Amino acid sequence: MTKGRAGAIVLCARLYKESGVKSMQLLQNLINALQLGSFYALIALGYSMVYSILMLFNFAHGDIFMVGAYIGFGVATGLIALAKMGALAMPNWLILMLTVIFSMFLTSFVGMFVERVGYRPLRDAPRASAAITGLMIGIILETGNLILLGAEQLSFPSLVQTATYNLGGIYITNQKIMIVALSIGLAFALHQFIRRTKWGMAMRAMAFDYVVVPLMGVPLNKIGAMTFALGSALAAAAGIFYGIAYPVLDPYMGVLFGWKAFVAAILGGRGSVVGATLAGFLLGFIEIFVPMIFPSTIRNFIAYSIVLLILVFRPHGFFGEPYSARLRL
Amino acid sequence: MKKGLFSIVIFTCIAMVLVFYACGPSGPETIKIGINAPLTGDIPKVGEGTKFAAQMWLEDINAAGGIEVGGKKYKVELVIEDNESKAESAVKANTKLITEDEVLAIVGPQSSKQAVPAGGKANELETPMISPWSTNPNTTKDRPFVFRGCFLDPFQGPVVANFVKDEFGFTKAAVLYDVASDYPKGLAENFKDAWEKIGTVAAYESFTTKDSDFSSQLTKIRDSGAEFIFTPQYYNEVALIVQQAHQLGWDKPIVGSDSWGSAETVKLCGKDCYGLFFSTHYAAAGATGATKEFIDRYKEKHGYVPDDVGALTWDAMRIVQTAIENTGELSGDIKKDRRAVRDALAKIKKFNGITGNMDFTEEGDPIKCAVIVRISDAGEFEFYKSVCP
Repeated sequence: MTKGRAGAIVLCARLYKESGVKSMQLLQNLINALQLGSFYALIALGYSMVYSILMLFNFAHGDIFMVGAYIGFGVATGLIALAKMGALAMPNWLILMLTVIFSMFLTSFVGMFVERVGYRPLRDAPRASAAITGLMIGIILETGNLILLGAEQLSFPSLVQTATYNLGGIYITNQKIMIVALSIGLAFALHQFIRRTKWGMAMRAMAFDYVVVPLMGVPLNKIGAMTFALGSALAAAAGIFYGIAYPVLDPYMGVLFGWKAFVAAILGGRGSVVGATLAGFLLGFIEIFVPMIFPSTIRNFIAYSIVLLILVFRPHGFFGEPYSARLRL
Repeated sequence: MKKGLFSIVIFTCIAMVLVFYACGPSGPETIKIGINAPLTGDIPKVGEGTKFAAQMWLEDINAAGGIEVGGKKYKVELVIEDNESKAESAVKANTKLITEDEVLAIVGPQSSKQAVPAGGKANELETPMISPWSTNPNTTKDRPFVFRGCFLDPFQGPVVANFVKDEFGFTKAAVLYDVASDYPKGLAENFKDAWEKIGTVAAYESFTTKDSDFSSQLTKIRDSGAEFIFTPQYYNEVALIVQQAHQLGWDKPIVGSDSWGSAETVKLCGKDCYGLFFSTHYAAAGATGATKEFIDRYKEKHGYVPDDVGALTWDAMRIVQTAIENTGELSGDIKKDRRAVRDALAKIKKFNGITGNMDFTEEGDPIKCAVIVRISDAGEFEFYKSVCP
């Protein structure tokens, strides 16, 4: 047994050496993957929460992420203009913090509006109808933005002066550190909110059974709206971080990112906060590490084959359980 | 029953409104020219440049009372269709322009990703099409009805390769391109072929359209020992690639191609792009004669210096105009007239455009000079040198 294991380690070490992958590159990609994973994790959380309460996926969530990024752009531009005019003397970090807070707040209303208009009237409709409302709202948000602001891409204002640190061949920027830290912080805060507050308890109860629990006096409408608000606020944070890391915004930016985050939500186990966070990071790792070993031309082919394989062996994702077996949140 | 009837009534009403809306008036005395441009999608600035240049051309024509063919003046109408920067939408737009709007000729689409499939449709339906900006050889290859207004990638690839060799003396190259788009993919291959005669390609990395994170590929390139990166991408991706490369500690040159030459590149990319080189069709700074006249007029009207797409579209419109005038007579039978315009286009052997002098080959491709542009420290496109075939 021990001999076999030692042999396997030696084999792995040899494969690793022969693949020509340097340890420096490995560490660099670890940092790259943490940043990419942060976005997937934050967006996946919104999908997951809504699913656990209302048993449906909000397919407009990727576009709420886009709206969040644009709201962030608006708030940041406004605050910078105010600071420049001298009306409010603010350092850049304060502008950034205010941008994140205001945008999360404003975008949560977008989420509640989507729930009120697109989902609440269809709560008793067939599941398929509720699923496509999400797609339609998504298209309305994209094209609405196109009409409102035009097709031109916007350049997100650089709120943080990029500082690149060289740690013995590994390059890391202050932005990356901030994005990863804040994302993990937000996911943890959400986890605590669900675990420790009365509202969180109501959400967990609703996740257990959204037909019976309202009969005991828990307001389904309020909890539903709150779930959308929380998910959208996190998507807004992801949108701003996206704007800082990849400062080119366009109305369709949420489509592909939304799909990928949706994959992460399923992979984590539908309705699981911890699962969605971890799966978001895992997806980032897979996407970053695949081109390190294979040619980048077949990156998505390999990356999503791996995801498919995982699902074949774990159909309920990492933390998911078969339908309503226990509390999911 | 009542509900069903109601639905039918509503449906019929909507259908009728749409039908009447589509049937606009069209007289036999007008020439319609279709414009197939990316007004929305990934590269809206390219669509805007196309539209503005075409409209400026139309102003000139209207001021002259129309196009004169065989002693008769025809009014001109532009039908501008959005292709959303997608291949399938570009084919759809061409089909609509040809079968519904009955245009005489089409100008566009701009990027090869749309021009290659849309050119196939135009050729199949026997309508002359000229793409101002598409540099991929497949756009016009074996298609008698399709023409272009710019040089080709088999020319541009070696231009960039030789420029880097002469300017920097490098031997190790890295290429980063979008594998899902005709233009970057074709040009990356042409560049690779040319570079392998000079040195080695240390890294040949790709991604797919809509990706925004290139950190994995750039890390691989950085550690490959390459001395520069060639990335033939559109302006929205250029900004992301250059910034991410710098954040990963890359401080060597990044070189681009004509897709960089948009007014948006510097706006999105900022200081990170200062000092970089790319090959293109014309340089606005230091232009003279008709070119300067065009630039000044465009700038006055729209508030910014036109990019290469605008200038090339202007030339393409004028080539089409010349061809229509050269037909001598329009019969009114659209199929016959389209054929006459095609034959007239094929007969143009020399053309003096604002983007340089062109000699047309049998395939309908011009032979013309390329320009190397440097992005100055003030963020302007500076003429660096000219490379002729």
